Amino acid sequence: MPHTIRAVPRLIVIGVVAGFFSALLGVGGGLVIVPLLLLFAHFSERPAMATSLGAIGITALAGTIRYAFHGDVEWGYAALIGLPASIGAVAGTTLQQRIDSRSLSFAFAGLLVVVGVLLLAI
Amino acid sequence: MTTILFAMLLGLGAGVLSGLFGVGGGILFVPALLALHRTQLHAEATSLAAILPTVGAGVWRQRQYGNVRWRAALIIGVASILGVEVGVQVATELPEATLRRLFAVLVFAVAANIAWRRRHS
Repeated sequence: MPHTIRAVPRLIVIGVVAGFFSALLGVGGGLVIVPLLLLFAHFSERPAMATSLGAIGITALAGTIRYAFHGDVEWGYAALIGLPASIGAVAGTTLQQRIDSRSLSFAFAGLLVVVGVLLLAI
Repeated sequence: MTTILFAMLLGLGAGVLSGLFGVGGGILFVPALLALHRTQLHAEATSLAAILPTVGAGVWRQRQYGNVRWRAALIIGVASILGVEVGVQVATELPEATLRRLFAVLVFAVAANIAWRRRHS
């Protein structure tokens, strides 16, 4: 499958760019991964967003291990925030299946605009 | 007590955004942790740990819907570890405010692009 083979370098570039910006600006990788999958890897909305979550999991795991070595992770606080967030994530993914792809694109564009404004404001 | 509830609500909201849009939620986790009087370093480190159960729950649901492209997620995830290394090296050498403004402009352009390609479809 030549198409799949050509896709690999593209995915590598997407990952490197996402990691680069998240380290540099403290923005989540997802804000970079989702648009790049939509615009440059021909993903449609739901697979782009689902695949982004999987990729972020790997990046966050590597980062957590690194910080945990230095004793910088406060596990109790991680659970305090992360557990309600997990419930929210289940609700969010369930909700996502009920929204058509086109509206998801517009809503995501709206989220990007909000983040852009915040970046300019701080 | 009120602060703890507020932080948990912020976490819940971040989780909804995470599941809905495929982002990590760190953008809201860090302020939530700062509100709980964590240091900036500990907030960023702890935010990464909080992302794990969040995206775990999201991926678990998305797998049931058949939306996860596992190979692509693996390639992007591993490559982004490399990108983080490069970013950390460069971060100390470039003016942060300029970078942030540049990125904001890029974000607006991308938002317009995403909306534009969907306007007739």
